[in-house]
Amino acid sequence: MRIALTSLGLLLAIGTVPGVAEEIGDAERGATLFARQCAACHQIGDGAVNRVGPQLNRLFGRRAGNAEGFTYSKSMARMGADGLTWTLQTLDAYIENPKALVSGTRMNYRGMKDPEDRAALMAFLRDWSDKPRDIPEAEPTARKTNPDLSPEILAMEGDRDYGEYLSSECRTCHQADGSDQGIPSITNWPAEDFVVAMHAYKQKLRPHPVMQMMAGRLNDEEIAALAAYFATLD
Amino acid sequence: MKLNRRHFIGTGLVASAILTAPTVWGQAKAKVVVIGGGAGGATAARYIAKDSEGAVEVTLVEANPVYTTCFFSNLYLGGFRDFESLQHGYETLAGGGVTVINDMATAVDRAAKTVTLASGAVLPYDRLVLSPGIDFKDGSVPGWSADAHAEIMPHAYKAGPQTQLLKAQIEAMPEGGVFAMIAPPNPYRCPPGPYERISMVAHVLKERNPTAKIIVADPKENFSKKALFEEGWAKHYAGMIDWIGPDFGGGNVEVRPDTMEVVIDGEVTKVDCCNVIPGQMAGKIAALAGVTDEAGWAPVDPASMKSKMDENVWVLGDSSAQGDMPKSGFSANSQAKVAAMAIRGELTGSRTFPAKYSNTCWSLIAPEDGVKVGASYEPTPEKIASVESFVSATGEDAALRKATYEESLGWYAGITADMFG
Repeated sequence: MRIALTSLGLLLAIGTVPGVAEEIGDAERGATLFARQCAACHQIGDGAVNRVGPQLNRLFGRRAGNAEGFTYSKSMARMGADGLTWTLQTLDAYIENPKALVSGTRMNYRGMKDPEDRAALMAFLRDWSDKPRDIPEAEPTARKTNPDLSPEILAMEGDRDYGEYLSSECRTCHQADGSDQGIPSITNWPAEDFVVAMHAYKQKLRPHPVMQMMAGRLNDEEIAALAAYFATLD
Repeated sequence: MKLNRRHFIGTGLVASAILTAPTVWGQAKAKVVVIGGGAGGATAARYIAKDSEGAVEVTLVEANPVYTTCFFSNLYLGGFRDFESLQHGYETLAGGGVTVINDMATAVDRAAKTVTLASGAVLPYDRLVLSPGIDFKDGSVPGWSADAHAEIMPHAYKAGPQTQLLKAQIEAMPEGGVFAMIAPPNPYRCPPGPYERISMVAHVLKERNPTAKIIVADPKENFSKKALFEEGWAKHYAGMIDWIGPDFGGGNVEVRPDTMEVVIDGEVTKVDCCNVIPGQMAGKIAALAGVTDEAGWAPVDPASMKSKMDENVWVLGDSSAQGDMPKSGFSANSQAKVAAMAIRGELTGSRTFPAKYSNTCWSLIAPEDGVKVGASYEPTPEKIASVESFVSATGEDAALRKATYEESLGWYAGITADMFG
């Protein structure tokens, strides 16, 4: 049986059968996609080493930011420390839009929009994980990491004054001048990235508990207000 | 002067404006006096001055010219930070439009709306913010009083020379000596603080004096992050720490500073260093201002942090009785922003928004082994109520604990920048 990974809902509905790796996409097509879009920076397969990006053997089940000998962006290292692990779901979200999941990633890739392409690519990547047959389609702990957001939410105009008041809560930890001493800067983030990231925390897709709590009680208008404020902070 | 009708109408308008309007148009600038320059007071002063852009005259009264943060002072005891790193001046705040007076407030006349300072100066106010932290309840630990015994058995629960004294005493303990802590009853400042301190003392002793012992006499059955601390103590400091809860007499304690003895449930122990953290109440000026209740704390309106006793007075941080928020620097900072918004709204007519509060407390158990607990809060008619909370889990991996510790360093840099500019 061949099942294309077309939606995360479908993926969850399928569930998992331990020890059986269901086909998730066309690995051959994935190999072509990899050669065209990834291979300039990433190696995979026998003798693969870190280049511009980390080598991608044994990627599934690996903690983000943990390929031996590779120097990651602070942002990726922090997501790994916070608990981000590469599963079909997290990788799917990352490939779709790298900066929405890991804001400060150095991976300069615009994202792969077609879910079938992503499924094909992941099928190819999975062939180079240690025991591909043991990689479940969706581990019980796997998390979807990109929130489902309607265009209305993304297009919402934020009330900047309200955002300024709400931001005072953020500034207990995130320094307004943008300096980063263990807690990342959020000053001058593009509004849309901000909205996506906050909804990802609100839906508990991004792993950090403080941010899940902070975002959890903000409604759509409040997130838009904060985004409007931080995007235009001098 | 001849009183004509036109003149009469004019003054009438002014009078009614004063009585009814929240704004103070056309008068001298509105005055806010803030007493206490810590996480609550410094933040409130800074935000009111910054956001009112000169429309409000803000005066901050703080006894110490340089502030030493109580948060992170345990890390100094553990050797993870130097003392200077806890200290912050008020220069930036003063440059940002706040008048900073290094003096002690000795009286508040709420009828006349004035504050009297130790120097004799009298400051009039339109709105008063009290954020004086804690004071100690006399007699809470039999045998000990702050005035007579803090040099022998330090509390080190207001950061400063007391913290330095405690560190020196820990380092001077004889080989195989005994460190005792008398833990406080609820409610008190920084709920995980005593237990983070125990962890830091254990860390120092493990390195310098590994046969030394630690005893903790505690009147509470439970304390903040108890499972995390117990796990950490077993892992890093096995056999070193003896925590004596109320079931074993931890609440039945007497200290004898003259002979350096601690009596727990009738059993006398000779100790080499004793940290007495007594029962607490609102900073003294809150009681002098008459805004505290019989329990010694100042009840406030959950939606604004305004005192329930006086509509022109706000009480922030440790001194306030507000509901579910712990007494912490983070809480005080969070409350200060709500208060600053409400006060500006009353004085300048600026927009106000619904109050939101939050808190997170990080604690260090051992090098790079950090944990945290936090919650978000919203006002209800009765109290500030917890909405959602989280706490680190036992058994977390080392990478996550290290990230939590590093995050706490980021928080310290963030909150001190937020307080002092």
